[in-house]
Amino acid sequence: MSGAPQLTIAGLARRFPGPRGGPPTEALAPLDLTVARNEFIAILGPSGCGKSTLLRIVAGLDQPSAGRVLLEGAEIAAPGADRGMVFQSYTLFPWLTVAENIGFGLRERGVPAAERARIAAAWMGRVGLDGFARHYPRMLSGGMQQRTALARALANDPKILLLDEPFGALDHQTRSLMQELLLGIWEAAQKTVLLVTHDIEEALFMASRVLVMTARPGRIKSAVAVPFPYPRAYTLKTTPEFAAIKARLTEELREETRLAAG
Amino acid sequence: MRRGSPFAPLRPLAPGPRLGLGVLFFALFLGAWAAATYGGLIKPLFLADPGKTLRSGVQLFVEFGFLQDIGITVFRVVGGFLLAAAVGVPLGILMGAFKPFEALLEPFISFARYLPASAFIPLLILWAGVGEAQKLLVIFIGAFFQLVLMIAVVIGETRRDLMEAAYTLGAGQSSVVRRVMLPGAAPHIAETLRLVLGWAWTYVIVAELVGAEAGIGHRIMDSQRFLDTGQMIFCIVIIGLIGLGSDLAVKRLNAWLFPWYASR
Repeated sequence: MSGAPQLTIAGLARRFPGPRGGPPTEALAPLDLTVARNEFIAILGPSGCGKSTLLRIVAGLDQPSAGRVLLEGAEIAAPGADRGMVFQSYTLFPWLTVAENIGFGLRERGVPAAERARIAAAWMGRVGLDGFARHYPRMLSGGMQQRTALARALANDPKILLLDEPFGALDHQTRSLMQELLLGIWEAAQKTVLLVTHDIEEALFMASRVLVMTARPGRIKSAVAVPFPYPRAYTLKTTPEFAAIKARLTEELREETRLAAG
Repeated sequence: MRRGSPFAPLRPLAPGPRLGLGVLFFALFLGAWAAATYGGLIKPLFLADPGKTLRSGVQLFVEFGFLQDIGITVFRVVGGFLLAAAVGVPLGILMGAFKPFEALLEPFISFARYLPASAFIPLLILWAGVGEAQKLLVIFIGAFFQLVLMIAVVIGETRRDLMEAAYTLGAGQSSVVRRVMLPGAAPHIAETLRLVLGWAWTYVIVAELVGAEAGIGHRIMDSQRFLDTGQMIFCIVIIGLIGLGSDLAVKRLNAWLFPWYASR
Protein backbone atom coordinates (compact mmCIF):
# COMPACT_ATOMS: atom_id res chain seq x y z
CA MET A 1 0.00 0.00 0.00
CA SER A 2 1.93 2.97 -1.26
CA GLY A 3 1.89 5.86 -3.68
CA ALA A 4 -1.15 7.81 -4.81
CA PRO A 5 -4.58 6.43 -3.94
CA GLN A 6 -6.01 4.20 -6.63
CA LEU A 7 -9.58 5.29 -6.05
CA THR A 8 -10.61 8.76 -4.92
CA ILE A 9 -14.17 9.64 -4.04
CA ALA A 10 -14.69 13.35 -3.44
CA GLY A 11 -17.85 15.12 -2.27
CA LEU A 12 -20.00 12.35 -3.68
CA ALA A 13 -23.76 12.83 -3.21
CA ARG A 14 -26.78 11.17 -4.71
CA ARG A 15 -30.30 12.51 -4.56
CA PHE A 16 -33.27 10.58 -5.97
CA PRO A 17 -36.28 12.58 -7.15
CA GLY A 18 -39.27 12.24 -4.87
CA PRO A 19 -42.40 10.40 -5.96
CA ARG A 20 -45.07 12.62 -7.59
CA GLY A 21 -42.98 15.75 -7.22
CA GLY A 22 -42.52 15.18 -3.48
CA PRO A 23 -39.32 16.05 -1.65
CA PRO A 24 -36.25 14.27 -3.06
CA THR A 25 -34.59 11.43 -1.15
CA GLU A 26 -31.01 12.04 -0.10
CA ALA A 27 -29.37 8.65 -0.52
CA LEU A 28 -25.76 9.72 -0.11
CA ALA A 29 -24.59 12.80 1.77
CA PRO A 30 -21.39 14.36 0.46
CA LEU A 31 -18.92 11.56 1.05
CA ASP A 32 -15.14 11.35 0.72
CA LEU A 33 -13.03 8.24 0.56
CA THR A 34 -9.61 7.29 -0.72
CA VAL A 35 -8.62 3.71 -1.36
CA ALA A 36 -5.06 2.50 -1.85
CA ARG A 37 -4.07 -0.19 -4.31
CA ASN A 38 -4.75 -3.72 -3.05
CA GLU A 39 -6.81 -2.59 -0.10
CA PHE A 40 -9.75 -4.75 0.89
CA ILE A 41 -12.46 -2.37 2.04
CA ALA A 42 -15.71 -3.52 3.57
CA ILE A 43 -18.61 -1.08 3.79
CA LEU A 44 -21.10 -1.77 6.56
CA GLY A 45 -24.33 0.08 7.01
CA PRO A 46 -28.02 -0.24 7.83
CA SER A 47 -30.25 -1.12 4.91
CA GLY A 48 -31.16 1.90 2.80
CA CYS A 49 -28.04 3.83 3.82
CA GLY A 50 -26.90 4.18 0.22
CA LYS A 51 -24.00 1.71 0.35
CA SER A 52 -25.20 -0.07 -2.77
CA THR A 53 -25.72 3.29 -4.46
CA LEU A 54 -22.11 4.16 -3.67
CA LEU A 55 -20.93 0.94 -5.27
CA ARG A 56 -23.14 1.43 -8.32
CA ILE A 57 -21.72 4.92 -8.83
CA VAL A 58 -18.16 3.56 -8.68
CA ALA A 59 -19.21 0.90 -11.19
CA GLY A 60 -20.60 3.63 -13.45
CA LEU A 61 -24.11 2.18 -13.35
CA ASP A 62 -25.49 5.24 -11.54
CA GLN A 63 -24.60 8.92 -11.83
CA PRO A 64 -23.84 11.08 -8.78
CA SER A 65 -25.81 14.27 -8.15
CA ALA A 66 -22.62 15.97 -7.01
CA GLY A 67 -18.96 15.16 -6.54
CA ARG A 68 -16.77 12.78 -8.48
CA VAL A 69 -15.01 9.47 -8.52
CA LEU A 70 -11.47 9.12 -9.85
CA LEU A 71 -9.87 5.83 -10.74
CA GLU A 72 -6.11 6.25 -11.08
CA GLY A 73 -6.71 9.94 -11.71
CA ALA A 74 -9.32 9.51 -14.44
CA GLU A 75 -12.92 10.45 -13.75
CA ILE A 76 -15.47 7.66 -13.94
CA ALA A 77 -18.38 8.42 -16.23
CA ALA A 78 -19.57 5.02 -17.46
CA PRO A 79 -19.22 1.32 -16.65
CA GLY A 80 -16.04 -0.34 -17.83
CA ALA A 81 -14.08 -3.56 -17.69
CA ASP A 82 -11.59 -1.99 -15.25
CA ARG A 83 -14.21 -2.28 -12.49
CA GLY A 84 -15.55 -5.81 -12.13
CA MET A 85 -18.76 -6.31 -10.19
CA VAL A 86 -20.55 -9.17 -8.47
CA PHE A 87 -24.21 -8.51 -7.70
CA GLN A 88 -26.36 -9.83 -4.90
CA SER A 89 -28.89 -11.24 -7.38
CA TYR A 90 -27.87 -14.06 -9.68
CA THR A 91 -26.76 -12.37 -12.88
CA LEU A 92 -25.13 -15.15 -14.88
CA PHE A 93 -26.28 -15.18 -18.49
CA PRO A 94 -28.67 -18.14 -18.53
CA TRP A 95 -28.00 -18.95 -22.20
CA LEU A 96 -24.24 -19.29 -21.70
CA THR A 97 -22.44 -22.19 -20.07
CA VAL A 98 -20.28 -21.66 -17.00
CA ALA A 99 -17.15 -21.43 -19.17
CA GLU A 100 -18.82 -19.05 -21.62
CA ASN A 101 -20.05 -16.86 -18.78
CA ILE A 102 -16.54 -16.60 -17.38
CA GLY A 103 -15.23 -15.77 -20.86
CA PHE A 104 -17.89 -13.09 -21.55
CA GLY A 105 -15.68 -10.08 -20.90
CA LEU A 106 -12.68 -11.68 -22.60
CA ARG A 107 -14.72 -12.23 -25.74
CA GLU A 108 -15.77 -8.60 -25.62
CA ARG A 109 -12.08 -7.69 -25.85
CA GLY A 110 -11.53 -10.04 -28.77
CA VAL A 111 -9.55 -12.71 -26.90
CA PRO A 112 -9.49 -15.81 -29.14
CA ALA A 113 -11.67 -18.80 -28.20
CA ALA A 114 -8.82 -21.13 -27.21
CA GLU A 115 -7.33 -18.52 -24.91
CA ARG A 116 -10.77 -17.80 -23.40
CA ALA A 117 -11.26 -21.48 -22.69
CA ARG A 118 -7.84 -21.70 -21.05
CA ILE A 119 -8.47 -18.69 -18.79
CA ALA A 120 -11.99 -19.90 -17.94
CA ALA A 121 -10.64 -23.33 -17.01
CA ALA A 122 -8.01 -21.78 -14.74
CA TRP A 123 -10.65 -19.71 -12.95
CA MET A 124 -13.03 -22.64 -12.65
CA GLY A 125 -10.23 -24.47 -10.87
CA ARG A 126 -9.63 -21.55 -8.51
CA VAL A 127 -13.31 -21.26 -7.53
CA GLY A 128 -13.84 -25.01 -7.29
CA LEU A 129 -15.96 -25.52 -10.39
CA ASP A 130 -13.83 -28.06 -12.23
CA GLY A 131 -16.00 -30.24 -14.42
CA PHE A 132 -18.82 -27.72 -14.71
CA ALA A 133 -17.60 -25.94 -17.85
CA ARG A 134 -20.57 -27.03 -19.95
CA HIS A 135 -23.26 -26.63 -17.32
CA TYR A 136 -25.90 -23.94 -17.70
CA PRO A 137 -26.54 -21.60 -14.73
CA ARG A 138 -29.97 -23.10 -13.99
CA MET A 139 -28.25 -26.40 -13.20
CA LEU A 140 -26.11 -24.79 -10.48
CA SER A 141 -26.78 -24.07 -6.81
CA GLY A 142 -26.79 -20.47 -5.58
CA GLY A 143 -23.28 -20.78 -4.17
CA MET A 144 -21.95 -22.19 -7.42
CA GLN A 145 -23.62 -19.42 -9.39
CA GLN A 146 -21.98 -16.77 -7.25
CA ARG A 147 -18.60 -18.49 -7.55
CA THR A 148 -19.06 -18.39 -11.32
CA ALA A 149 -20.01 -14.71 -11.12
CA LEU A 150 -16.87 -14.06 -9.09
CA ALA A 151 -14.74 -15.93 -11.64
CA ARG A 152 -16.46 -14.02 -14.45
CA ALA A 153 -15.55 -10.69 -12.86
CA LEU A 154 -11.97 -11.75 -12.07
CA ALA A 155 -11.26 -13.37 -15.44
CA ASN A 156 -11.53 -9.86 -16.87
CA ASP A 157 -8.61 -8.82 -14.62
CA PRO A 158 -10.24 -5.59 -13.39
CA LYS A 159 -8.34 -2.99 -11.38
CA ILE A 160 -11.06 -2.98 -8.73
CA LEU A 161 -13.50 -5.66 -7.70
CA LEU A 162 -16.88 -4.34 -6.54
CA LEU A 163 -18.93 -6.77 -4.47
CA ASP A 164 -22.53 -5.86 -3.64
CA GLU A 165 -23.56 -8.31 -0.91
CA PRO A 166 -22.48 -11.15 -3.18
CA PHE A 167 -23.17 -13.82 -0.57
CA GLY A 168 -26.33 -12.22 0.80
CA ALA A 169 -28.67 -14.83 -0.63
CA LEU A 170 -26.61 -17.82 0.49
CA ASP A 171 -27.04 -19.95 3.59
CA HIS A 172 -24.65 -19.45 6.49
CA GLN A 173 -22.33 -22.42 5.85
CA THR A 174 -22.01 -21.74 2.13
CA ARG A 175 -21.40 -18.10 2.90
CA SER A 176 -18.49 -18.94 5.24
CA LEU A 177 -16.88 -21.12 2.60
CA MET A 178 -17.33 -18.38 0.01
CA GLN A 179 -15.63 -15.88 2.32
CA GLU A 180 -12.61 -18.12 2.70
CA LEU A 181 -12.53 -18.71 -1.05
CA LEU A 182 -12.68 -15.00 -1.84
CA LEU A 183 -10.09 -14.18 0.79
CA GLY A 184 -7.75 -16.83 -0.61
CA ILE A 185 -8.16 -15.45 -4.11
CA TRP A 186 -7.55 -11.90 -2.93
CA GLU A 187 -4.45 -12.90 -0.96
CA ALA A 188 -3.03 -14.59 -4.07
CA ALA A 189 -4.19 -12.18 -6.79
CA GLN A 190 -3.72 -8.83 -5.00
CA LYS A 191 -6.63 -6.78 -6.15
CA THR A 192 -8.43 -3.74 -4.75
CA VAL A 193 -11.78 -4.83 -3.33
CA LEU A 194 -14.83 -2.83 -2.28
CA LEU A 195 -17.28 -5.10 -0.48
CA VAL A 196 -20.73 -3.92 0.57
CA THR A 197 -22.28 -6.07 3.26
CA HIS A 198 -24.51 -5.93 6.30
CA ASP A 199 -22.70 -8.87 7.89
CA ILE A 200 -20.20 -7.58 10.47
CA GLU A 201 -18.37 -10.88 10.80
CA GLU A 202 -17.97 -11.10 7.03
CA ALA A 203 -16.59 -7.56 6.85
CA LEU A 204 -14.17 -8.10 9.70
CA PHE A 205 -12.96 -11.50 8.55
CA MET A 206 -11.97 -10.39 5.06
CA ALA A 207 -11.33 -6.65 5.02
CA SER A 208 -8.19 -4.69 5.80
CA ARG A 209 -10.38 -1.67 6.56
CA VAL A 210 -14.02 -1.58 7.60
CA LEU A 211 -16.14 1.52 7.02
CA VAL A 212 -19.38 2.05 8.88
CA MET A 213 -21.94 4.20 7.14
CA THR A 214 -24.62 6.27 8.82
CA ALA A 215 -28.33 5.94 8.26
CA ARG A 216 -29.66 7.79 5.22
CA PRO A 217 -28.34 10.08 3.90
CA GLY A 218 -25.28 7.87 4.06
CA ARG A 219 -21.89 9.21 4.99
CA ILE A 220 -18.92 7.48 6.55
CA LYS A 221 -19.30 7.38 10.30
CA SER A 222 -16.12 5.58 11.22
CA ALA A 223 -13.29 3.63 9.71
CA VAL A 224 -11.67 0.70 11.47
CA ALA A 225 -8.28 -0.59 10.35
CA VAL A 226 -8.48 -4.33 10.93
CA PRO A 227 -5.30 -5.39 12.73
CA PHE A 228 -5.27 -9.10 11.83
CA PRO A 229 -2.45 -10.12 9.46
CA TYR A 230 -3.04 -12.08 6.26
CA PRO A 231 -3.33 -14.92 5.45
CA ARG A 232 -6.29 -15.35 7.74
CA ALA A 233 -7.96 -18.62 8.65
CA TYR A 234 -11.57 -19.15 9.64
CA THR A 235 -10.43 -19.85 13.22
CA LEU A 236 -9.83 -16.11 13.49
CA LYS A 237 -13.56 -15.63 13.93
CA THR A 238 -13.49 -17.33 17.34
CA THR A 239 -10.61 -15.35 18.85
CA PRO A 240 -11.30 -12.82 21.63
CA GLU A 241 -9.62 -10.02 19.64
CA PHE A 242 -12.02 -10.63 16.77
CA ALA A 243 -14.95 -10.68 19.19
CA ALA A 244 -13.88 -7.37 20.71
CA ILE A 245 -13.79 -5.47 17.43
CA LYS A 246 -16.97 -7.19 16.35
CA ALA A 247 -18.69 -6.00 19.53
CA ARG A 248 -17.59 -2.45 18.89
CA LEU A 249 -18.78 -2.48 15.29
CA THR A 250 -22.05 -4.08 16.37
CA GLU A 251 -22.65 -1.21 18.75
CA GLU A 252 -21.95 1.42 16.09
CA LEU A 253 -24.09 -0.27 13.49
CA ARG A 254 -26.91 -0.81 15.93
CA GLU A 255 -27.19 2.88 16.60
CA GLU A 256 -27.48 3.65 12.89
CA THR A 257 -29.92 0.86 12.28
CA ARG A 258 -32.14 2.22 15.04
CA LEU A 259 -32.00 5.64 13.39
CA ALA A 260 -32.77 4.12 10.03
CA ALA A 261 -35.73 2.19 11.41
CA GLY A 262 -36.75 5.20 13.27
CA MET B 1 -56.06 -32.71 0.13
CA ARG B 2 -53.87 -35.74 0.70
CA ARG B 3 -50.15 -35.58 0.02
CA GLY B 4 -49.30 -37.15 -3.31
CA SER B 5 -52.65 -36.25 -4.79
CA PRO B 6 -52.32 -35.33 -8.49
CA PHE B 7 -54.66 -32.42 -7.80
CA ALA B 8 -52.18 -30.55 -5.60
CA PRO B 9 -51.76 -27.12 -7.26
CA LEU B 10 -49.09 -27.00 -9.97
CA ARG B 11 -47.99 -30.58 -9.32
CA PRO B 12 -46.49 -31.95 -12.54
CA LEU B 13 -47.94 -35.09 -14.10
CA ALA B 14 -45.88 -38.06 -15.34
CA PRO B 15 -45.59 -38.22 -19.16
CA GLY B 16 -47.70 -41.41 -19.40
CA PRO B 17 -50.85 -40.13 -17.67
CA ARG B 18 -50.46 -36.80 -19.38
CA LEU B 19 -50.53 -38.30 -22.84
CA GLY B 20 -53.33 -40.64 -21.78
CA LEU B 21 -55.55 -37.84 -20.57
CA GLY B 22 -54.91 -35.82 -23.70
CA VAL B 23 -55.91 -38.75 -25.91
CA LEU B 24 -58.87 -39.50 -23.65
CA PHE B 25 -60.50 -36.18 -24.39
CA PHE B 26 -60.17 -36.70 -28.13
CA ALA B 27 -61.88 -40.08 -27.61
CA LEU B 28 -64.65 -38.50 -25.53
CA PHE B 29 -65.19 -35.88 -28.21
CA LEU B 30 -65.33 -38.52 -30.92
CA GLY B 31 -67.72 -40.57 -28.78
CA ALA B 32 -70.08 -37.64 -28.25
CA TRP B 33 -70.02 -36.89 -31.96
CA ALA B 34 -70.77 -40.52 -32.84
CA ALA B 35 -73.57 -40.73 -30.26
CA ALA B 36 -75.22 -37.54 -31.53
CA THR B 37 -75.11 -38.53 -35.20
CA TYR B 38 -75.59 -42.33 -35.14
CA GLY B 39 -78.19 -41.92 -32.40
CA GLY B 40 -80.25 -39.70 -34.70
CA LEU B 41 -80.11 -36.70 -32.42
CA ILE B 42 -78.80 -34.51 -35.26
CA LYS B 43 -79.85 -34.85 -38.88
CA PRO B 44 -77.10 -35.76 -41.40
CA LEU B 45 -77.92 -32.57 -43.29
CA PHE B 46 -76.48 -30.55 -40.42
CA LEU B 47 -73.78 -32.84 -39.15
CA ALA B 48 -72.28 -35.87 -40.85
CA ASP B 49 -71.41 -38.90 -38.75
CA PRO B 50 -67.76 -39.91 -38.27
CA GLY B 51 -67.94 -42.73 -40.82
CA LYS B 52 -69.44 -40.51 -43.51
CA THR B 53 -66.84 -37.83 -42.75
CA LEU B 54 -64.04 -40.30 -43.19
CA ARG B 55 -65.49 -41.57 -46.47
CA SER B 56 -65.83 -37.97 -47.68
CA GLY B 57 -62.22 -37.45 -46.75
CA VAL B 58 -61.05 -40.41 -48.80
CA GLN B 59 -63.16 -39.14 -51.67
CA LEU B 60 -61.56 -35.71 -51.34
CA PHE B 61 -58.09 -37.15 -51.64
CA VAL B 62 -58.90 -39.63 -54.43
CA GLU B 63 -61.27 -37.65 -56.63
CA PHE B 64 -60.72 -34.00 -55.86
CA GLY B 65 -56.94 -33.72 -55.49
CA PHE B 66 -57.20 -32.55 -51.89
CA LEU B 67 -53.46 -32.94 -51.39
CA GLN B 68 -52.94 -30.02 -53.75
CA ASP B 69 -55.38 -27.93 -51.76
CA ILE B 70 -53.49 -28.71 -48.60
CA GLY B 71 -50.20 -27.88 -50.30
CA ILE B 72 -51.37 -24.50 -51.55
CA THR B 73 -52.84 -23.60 -48.16
CA VAL B 74 -49.66 -24.56 -46.31
CA PHE B 75 -47.68 -22.51 -48.82
CA ARG B 76 -49.88 -19.46 -48.14
CA VAL B 77 -49.67 -19.82 -44.38
CA VAL B 78 -45.93 -20.30 -44.33
CA GLY B 79 -45.35 -17.62 -46.95
CA GLY B 80 -47.46 -14.97 -45.25
CA PHE B 81 -46.07 -15.90 -41.86
CA LEU B 82 -42.45 -15.73 -43.03
CA LEU B 83 -43.08 -12.34 -44.65
CA ALA B 84 -44.58 -11.03 -41.43
CA ALA B 85 -41.73 -12.49 -39.38
CA ALA B 86 -39.02 -11.18 -41.71
CA VAL B 87 -40.25 -7.61 -41.32
CA GLY B 88 -41.92 -7.84 -37.92
CA VAL B 89 -39.14 -9.40 -35.85
CA PRO B 90 -36.42 -6.85 -36.72
CA LEU B 91 -38.89 -3.99 -36.34
CA GLY B 92 -40.08 -5.35 -32.99
CA ILE B 93 -36.48 -5.64 -31.80
CA LEU B 94 -35.77 -2.04 -32.81
CA MET B 95 -38.90 -0.85 -31.00
CA GLY B 96 -38.17 -2.88 -27.89
CA ALA B 97 -34.55 -1.84 -27.61
CA PHE B 98 -34.66 1.80 -28.70
CA LYS B 99 -37.35 3.96 -27.19
CA PRO B 100 -37.47 6.59 -29.98
CA PHE B 101 -38.54 3.83 -32.40
CA GLU B 102 -41.14 2.74 -29.90
CA ALA B 103 -42.45 6.28 -29.47
CA LEU B 104 -42.65 6.69 -33.23
CA LEU B 105 -44.34 3.42 -34.14
CA GLU B 106 -46.12 2.03 -31.10
CA PRO B 107 -49.22 4.26 -31.24
CA PHE B 108 -49.80 3.55 -34.92
CA ILE B 109 -49.24 -0.18 -34.63
CA SER B 110 -51.52 -0.37 -31.60
CA PHE B 111 -54.18 1.24 -33.76
CA ALA B 112 -53.44 -0.94 -36.78
CA ARG B 113 -53.61 -4.21 -34.93
CA TYR B 114 -57.28 -3.66 -34.18
CA LEU B 115 -58.06 -3.46 -37.88
CA PRO B 116 -59.44 -6.91 -38.67
CA ALA B 117 -57.49 -8.58 -41.44
CA SER B 118 -60.67 -10.02 -42.93
CA ALA B 119 -62.08 -6.50 -43.40
CA PHE B 120 -59.16 -5.78 -45.74
CA ILE B 121 -60.04 -8.61 -48.10
CA PRO B 122 -62.25 -6.53 -50.45
CA LEU B 123 -59.64 -3.79 -50.58
CA LEU B 124 -56.82 -6.24 -51.10
CA ILE B 125 -58.71 -7.88 -53.97
CA LEU B 126 -59.02 -4.44 -55.50
CA TRP B 127 -55.31 -3.78 -55.06
CA ALA B 128 -53.75 -7.16 -55.64
CA GLY B 129 -56.39 -9.16 -57.50
CA VAL B 130 -57.41 -12.63 -56.38
CA GLY B 131 -53.99 -14.19 -56.83
CA GLU B 132 -51.46 -15.42 -54.30
CA ALA B 133 -50.25 -11.92 -53.44
CA GLN B 134 -53.67 -11.07 -52.02
CA LYS B 135 -53.78 -14.25 -49.89
CA LEU B 136 -50.30 -13.61 -48.52
CA LEU B 137 -51.20 -10.01 -47.75
CA VAL B 138 -54.24 -11.03 -45.69
CA ILE B 139 -52.05 -13.25 -43.54
CA PHE B 140 -49.33 -10.64 -43.42
CA ILE B 141 -51.76 -7.99 -42.13
CA GLY B 142 -53.28 -10.39 -39.65
CA ALA B 143 -49.92 -11.48 -38.25
CA PHE B 144 -47.60 -8.52 -38.68
CA PHE B 145 -48.97 -5.88 -36.29
CA GLN B 146 -49.57 -8.31 -33.44
CA LEU B 147 -46.13 -9.81 -33.95
CA VAL B 148 -44.29 -6.48 -33.88
CA LEU B 149 -45.87 -5.45 -30.60
CA MET B 150 -45.29 -8.80 -28.93
CA ILE B 151 -41.62 -8.88 -29.99
CA ALA B 152 -41.15 -5.30 -28.75
CA VAL B 153 -42.56 -6.27 -25.35
CA VAL B 154 -40.36 -9.35 -25.11
CA ILE B 155 -37.22 -7.33 -25.91
CA GLY B 156 -38.28 -4.53 -23.54
CA GLU B 157 -38.53 -7.07 -20.73
CA THR B 158 -34.82 -7.91 -20.90
CA ARG B 159 -33.49 -8.26 -17.36
CA ARG B 160 -31.85 -4.98 -16.42
CA ASP B 161 -29.45 -6.70 -14.02
CA LEU B 162 -28.06 -8.84 -16.86
CA MET B 163 -27.54 -5.71 -18.95
CA GLU B 164 -25.74 -4.08 -16.04
CA ALA B 165 -23.57 -7.14 -15.53
CA ALA B 166 -22.61 -7.00 -19.22
CA TYR B 167 -21.72 -3.31 -18.95
CA THR B 168 -19.44 -3.99 -15.97
CA LEU B 169 -17.75 -6.71 -18.05
CA GLY B 170 -16.84 -4.12 -20.65
CA ALA B 171 -19.72 -4.54 -23.09
CA GLY B 172 -20.75 -1.51 -25.15
CA GLN B 173 -24.28 -0.65 -26.18
CA SER B 174 -24.34 -2.62 -29.41
CA SER B 175 -22.82 -5.56 -27.55
CA VAL B 176 -25.56 -5.43 -24.95
CA VAL B 177 -28.16 -5.63 -27.72
CA ARG B 178 -26.36 -8.44 -29.55
CA ARG B 179 -25.05 -10.46 -26.63
CA VAL B 180 -27.67 -9.90 -23.93
CA MET B 181 -30.99 -8.70 -25.33
CA LEU B 182 -31.17 -10.95 -28.38
CA PRO B 183 -30.05 -14.26 -26.86
CA GLY B 184 -32.10 -13.62 -23.72
CA ALA B 185 -35.24 -12.90 -25.71
CA ALA B 186 -34.68 -15.60 -28.34
CA PRO B 187 -36.80 -18.34 -26.69
CA HIS B 188 -39.62 -15.87 -26.09
CA ILE B 189 -39.40 -14.69 -29.69
CA ALA B 190 -39.61 -18.29 -30.86
CA GLU B 191 -42.61 -18.84 -28.60
CA THR B 192 -44.28 -15.71 -29.99
CA LEU B 193 -43.67 -16.92 -33.54
CA ARG B 194 -45.30 -20.24 -32.65
CA LEU B 195 -48.38 -18.42 -31.39
CA VAL B 196 -48.59 -16.17 -34.45
CA LEU B 197 -48.21 -19.14 -36.78
CA GLY B 198 -51.39 -20.50 -35.20
CA TRP B 199 -53.20 -17.27 -35.93
CA ALA B 200 -51.96 -17.33 -39.53
CA TRP B 201 -53.95 -20.55 -39.96
CA THR B 202 -57.19 -18.82 -39.08
CA TYR B 203 -56.50 -15.98 -41.49
CA VAL B 204 -55.64 -18.22 -44.41
CA ILE B 205 -59.03 -19.92 -44.30
CA VAL B 206 -60.80 -16.57 -44.21
CA ALA B 207 -58.73 -15.46 -47.19
CA GLU B 208 -59.60 -18.62 -49.08
CA LEU B 209 -63.32 -18.34 -48.48
CA VAL B 210 -63.36 -15.35 -50.82
CA GLY B 211 -62.09 -15.45 -54.38
CA ALA B 212 -59.89 -18.52 -54.21
CA GLU B 213 -59.64 -21.31 -56.77
CA ALA B 214 -57.72 -23.74 -54.60
CA GLY B 215 -56.92 -24.34 -50.96
CA ILE B 216 -58.65 -25.89 -47.97
CA GLY B 217 -60.90 -22.85 -47.46
CA HIS B 218 -61.96 -22.96 -51.09
CA ARG B 219 -62.73 -26.66 -50.70
CA ILE B 220 -64.99 -25.90 -47.74
CA MET B 221 -66.95 -23.36 -49.82
CA ASP B 222 -67.28 -25.91 -52.62
CA SER B 223 -68.56 -28.53 -50.20
CA GLN B 224 -71.12 -26.08 -48.88
CA ARG B 225 -72.64 -25.79 -52.33
CA PHE B 226 -73.40 -29.51 -52.24
CA LEU B 227 -74.36 -29.42 -48.54
CA ASP B 228 -71.68 -32.07 -47.99
CA THR B 229 -71.14 -31.68 -44.24
CA GLY B 230 -68.84 -34.70 -44.29
CA GLN B 231 -66.36 -32.94 -46.53
CA MET B 232 -66.63 -29.70 -44.60
CA ILE B 233 -65.92 -31.38 -41.31
CA PHE B 234 -63.08 -33.38 -42.79
CA CYS B 235 -61.47 -30.16 -44.07
CA ILE B 236 -61.79 -28.55 -40.66
CA VAL B 237 -60.30 -31.60 -38.94
CA ILE B 238 -57.37 -31.57 -41.37
CA ILE B 239 -56.68 -27.93 -40.53
CA GLY B 240 -56.72 -28.82 -36.87
CA LEU B 241 -54.37 -31.76 -37.37
CA ILE B 242 -51.87 -29.73 -39.40
CA GLY B 243 -52.03 -26.99 -36.79
CA LEU B 244 -51.42 -29.46 -33.98
CA GLY B 245 -48.58 -31.10 -35.90
CA SER B 246 -46.80 -27.87 -36.73
CA ASP B 247 -47.27 -26.63 -33.19
CA LEU B 248 -45.65 -29.75 -31.73
CA ALA B 249 -42.85 -29.55 -34.28
CA VAL B 250 -42.09 -25.93 -33.41
CA LYS B 251 -42.23 -26.73 -29.70
CA ARG B 252 -39.67 -29.51 -30.21
CA LEU B 253 -37.52 -27.22 -32.32
CA ASN B 254 -37.58 -24.55 -29.62
CA ALA B 255 -36.64 -27.02 -26.90
CA TRP B 256 -33.75 -28.20 -29.05
CA LEU B 257 -32.60 -24.68 -29.94
CA PHE B 258 -32.72 -23.39 -26.36
CA PRO B 259 -31.56 -26.14 -24.01
CA TRP B 260 -30.70 -23.56 -21.35
CA TYR B 261 -34.25 -22.35 -21.18
CA ALA B 262 -36.52 -24.25 -18.80
CA SER B 263 -40.11 -23.13 -19.19
CA ARG B 264 -41.26 -23.93 -15.70
